[in-house]
Amino acid sequence: MNPTHIDHAADAESFIANAERTQWHDQALWFVRAKRDRAVWAVPEWEQLRSLGAQIKRHTLAHLAEYLARFETEALRRGIHVHWARDADEHNRIVLEILRQRGVSRVVKSKSMLTEECHLNPFLERHGIEVVDTDLGERIVQLRQEPPSHIVLPAIHIKRQEVGETFHRHLGTDAGATDPGYLAEAARGHLRDKFMAAQAGITGVNFAVAETGGVVVCTNEGNADMGISLPPLHIACLGIEKLIPRWADLAVFTRLLARNATGQPITTYTSHFQGPIPGGELHYVLVDNGRGTLRADDEYRESLCCIRCGACLNTCPVYRRSGGYSYHATIPGPIGSVLNAAQDPKTFYTLPYACSLCGSCADVCPVKIPLDQQLLHLRGKIAAKRYLPLWKRLLMKTTSFVMQRTWLYSLAGRLARWWLPKLPRFLIYNRLNAWGNQREIPQFPRQSFRELYRKRQQHEQ
Amino acid sequence: MNSKQAILAQLQQTRVPDVALPDLAGTWLTFPQPHERFAEVLEAVGGRALRARSADGLPQLLAELPVFQSARQVWSLVPPVPSRGEDWTRVTDPHALEVLDVCVAPGAFAVAESAAVWIAQDLVPHRAGLFIAQHLVLVVPADQIVHNMHEAYQRIDPREVQFGIFVSGPSKTADIEQSLVIGAHGPRSLTVVFVGADTGPDGRGA
Repeated sequence: MNPTHIDHAADAESFIANAERTQWHDQALWFVRAKRDRAVWAVPEWEQLRSLGAQIKRHTLAHLAEYLARFETEALRRGIHVHWARDADEHNRIVLEILRQRGVSRVVKSKSMLTEECHLNPFLERHGIEVVDTDLGERIVQLRQEPPSHIVLPAIHIKRQEVGETFHRHLGTDAGATDPGYLAEAARGHLRDKFMAAQAGITGVNFAVAETGGVVVCTNEGNADMGISLPPLHIACLGIEKLIPRWADLAVFTRLLARNATGQPITTYTSHFQGPIPGGELHYVLVDNGRGTLRADDEYRESLCCIRCGACLNTCPVYRRSGGYSYHATIPGPIGSVLNAAQDPKTFYTLPYACSLCGSCADVCPVKIPLDQQLLHLRGKIAAKRYLPLWKRLLMKTTSFVMQRTWLYSLAGRLARWWLPKLPRFLIYNRLNAWGNQREIPQFPRQSFRELYRKRQQHEQ
Repeated sequence: MNSKQAILAQLQQTRVPDVALPDLAGTWLTFPQPHERFAEVLEAVGGRALRARSADGLPQLLAELPVFQSARQVWSLVPPVPSRGEDWTRVTDPHALEVLDVCVAPGAFAVAESAAVWIAQDLVPHRAGLFIAQHLVLVVPADQIVHNMHEAYQRIDPREVQFGIFVSGPSKTADIEQSLVIGAHGPRSLTVVFVGADTGPDGRGA
């Protein structure tokens, strides 16, 4: 394997080697999808909300520079500090600088895919700052020194027995404990100490309102709020695509987000920060990190509309059965396949193929990103750049040659129907035919569809 | 060119197809009995809604709650409900609130659709109290209820908001095998008490 690119299929293979676990992972995510459906069907104007969400986000992208400027002006007026970072490295340095200037060495952080994207934790740790992820799922994966495997459910791939082992080792819970209530209670105690000791809180952002200069953070656990209500310093890190124009637009997105993510009517806590805590400081770090370039791309621009609900992961038949780690990307699943392959096709060219083009991701997307179309388009781009292995290219060329010639296609079909059933098994079921690994080829009909159709037409005449 | 200029310059250089900013006026979901809808949804997310005819009845109503009976440290921001334990008015460092068993706070209004209560910072001196207390009680005037999130955001003047929050249910997590656990970091229970006459968002009796 070429080490410069990731190989989704090869990594999925180790995940699916445990069939029982694959099934469990699949069911856990389908359970979330089913909850989502019930919540969504209970809202008669759901499709109208999706359309509004899609329009608002696309409008914002078209006017992003204006809205960012407005956002900054309003934020500054409210006494909020605003920083701009071109890339992950600059983002990390800005955060470190803010912390250092105030002598901070202990930080609590709530869920933020952006800081995962920027690898903020290892950076701060290298510089002697303790960073504790406070979302329970994120804390579990942090203690296990793993990245999150899902953007909303970071520990969805971990079984309760494994959480028990991790907590036994790190938090001193009883050996062999597996009760989620007991384990969550232990985490509550452990994290409370961290909250009480923290000198600063870092959060992500769900929505940033240009009109008011404020940001909105949504959580169920209350970890973001706890983390930034105790210390005087709050740093909110956000990608520039988080902007929405108006305060009133929040109604559309708060109605869409939690329902589509986990089937809840709204997250337990929807916090609006429009200024620092009394006597404290609030800093925004606005990050581009490739977003400006992606915005210029006519084919993939709409992927910047994503509100990170995770619904496309939950519904994806490939994600559910291959696990988040097989994508080797901060954001896995359909949206991750688009974002990563669009920005770095050479490394991530296998991701658009981790897809059956079923279109379910686009159907559940709350802002109508045409994910399936983008994945298909990416395949064309990847083929044109000749990233595919030689055998696949030759196979596609041959298929294309045959399919463009009716006579050759008919002939090939006729030969296959006559010839294949007569071949000995080892010639069909061998290493060259991955499709034959777990399934028998179907029984060949005696006549092709076209032959049947022609016969029927003759009969009707 | 600094980073801000560089980021904005790239955005300005690329013209992308425009889409008009949509008008959000619409006929959004309403409920014939918003308080009942609120209570139903709140129960589904692990909370509980109660009624008090008037503020005078609040202390007695709350005294019946088990979490209140066993509480030693109570911070009440809603008269005439009395506080217990420390003198909370002297708290300057929010860390001191860690010992709270119950926080009783005023909610500005409720949203029937999602069983959410809006709390604004100006009514709560230390917002940490909402998250750090073991149990939370929110008291909302019964006539302060809207049907849906659109009405909710319309009601709030964002210029007045320094910090504001919608709370819907107790703190919870499902991060261990999707098993719901109530009381993740914040309150282990949420009780919302509607106080006063039974009028809904349209001024009709509910």
